[in-house]
Amino acid sequence: MSESNISYRAMMMRRIRSSMEQVYAITMFGLRFFRYVLVPPYEWGQVRKHLDDLGAKSIPLLTIVGLIMGLILALQTRPTLDRFGAGGFLPAMLALTIVRELGPVITALIVAGRVSSGIGAEVGSMKVTEQIDALEVSGVDPFNYLVVTRVVACSLILPLLTAYVDFLGIFGGYLAEWISYDSSMQLYFTEVLQSLEFNDIIPGVGKTIAFGYIIGIIGAYQGFNTTRGTEGVGRAATTAVVLASLNIIFLDMIIIQLTLLLLGSGS
Amino acid sequence: MNQPQDNVLIDVIDVWKSFDDLHVLTGVSMQVHKGSSDVILGRSGIGKSVLLKSIVGLLVPERGSIEVMGKQVMGMKPGELNDLRKHIGYVFQYAALYDSLSVRENLEFPLRKHTDADDEEIGERVMEQLRLVGLEEVVDRMPAQLSGGMKKRIGLARAIITRPDLVLYDEPTAGLDPITAREISELILNLEEQFGITSITVTHDLECARVIANRIYILETGAFQVQGTFEELKRASDPTTKAFFQVMA
Repeated sequence: MSESNISYRAMMMRRIRSSMEQVYAITMFGLRFFRYVLVPPYEWGQVRKHLDDLGAKSIPLLTIVGLIMGLILALQTRPTLDRFGAGGFLPAMLALTIVRELGPVITALIVAGRVSSGIGAEVGSMKVTEQIDALEVSGVDPFNYLVVTRVVACSLILPLLTAYVDFLGIFGGYLAEWISYDSSMQLYFTEVLQSLEFNDIIPGVGKTIAFGYIIGIIGAYQGFNTTRGTEGVGRAATTAVVLASLNIIFLDMIIIQLTLLLLGSGS
Repeated sequence: MNQPQDNVLIDVIDVWKSFDDLHVLTGVSMQVHKGSSDVILGRSGIGKSVLLKSIVGLLVPERGSIEVMGKQVMGMKPGELNDLRKHIGYVFQYAALYDSLSVRENLEFPLRKHTDADDEEIGERVMEQLRLVGLEEVVDRMPAQLSGGMKKRIGLARAIITRPDLVLYDEPTAGLDPITAREISELILNLEEQFGITSITVTHDLECARVIANRIYILETGAFQVQGTFEELKRASDPTTKAFFQVMA
């Protein structure tokens, strides 16, 4: 084997090992949350603050995204359904697609982009300016104060934001129908409600609790492990978005399989 | 002068600390007595802050022993360490004010976490603290709106607001003009005399050391090479101290 092949293999092994170490570190960081979350002191004031910062301030962006998602989906799907004489199924199709899949995933990805990077940058900047050390020497556990509060806030707020985006997406679909075909609102929403079952809503909204956890944990992990000054803060923010988005999609795939296995494919 | 052992607030014995291949502390020992103001002098990057952070448990040395107020810091459980830290104030090099909180909230923070004081009491304490450092007018400003000197003063006020037994200062005058640096040094001296605080100050500012130090340690090549009062070190004949005083002068 040539020398360059050996050094390439060594480099690959080093990279694989470093990735595995990072996966292990994030997993341990994530598990640490469960050790802290039920144990006092509870920082409810911080949780309330983050619910506002991370959740309420995402609403304007999510309003636009939710409405446009429903509009586009309806406009793109209607001609195809009409070709098969199934235009009347549009409300049911939209409701199922949005509630089961698009609503939760799009909401999580948008919140990940806004919030995970924000957490990474904020906590990272606290790390490089010794504010985390300052918390620690003042006898306050930084993990509890900075991480647990943000992860709890993300996990609580994401289901609510998802329900909001689901509604707006379905409403956006109605707007498209109303603009194009002057559809009746009562008829549209009656069909939407008739098509949705418990098995569609609960897994769809429920999985966003896990997405919220991922957004919070990955943002906080990147921030907590920031090194190399302001350059490191930027890197923490970017890496947080990328890792959170990838993990959301990966977890979604697993949850879909589990849901199908446990609850069946639905009607 | 020999002081009784029960008067020792900090006892550092043969502490070693490395970062990968870089050996920063190689057998540091020191004793700080109650009411004393000790200063660690040394060049930048020599390990002064590493020692300070080891004393408060932010860094864990590989070898040695660090006792603070009679308790062994190394190997201490997090809960016990947090309890011990309630008796210690720490002034960071760049103040480390919480930048999402106003000056008032920064000062309220330790009181809300560690005392049962009500809002009125906390408010009075904050204003009293700001009066001590001469910055009452900035109470509702955010840290980003403060100058470097103001930040240092607020950091100092926050560190002593719970009236700790011990305060650790990490480069309290770094990055300040000579006049502001002098004011900060005198403020430290006044507060220590007023509240009977024991302190360790890490600095490379000889003027600051002259103003506040009862005893000075010079850290060089991982350990304390020389120690004594300012006047003793000024007259010292060993090359390290001599060079240090000449350059700084």
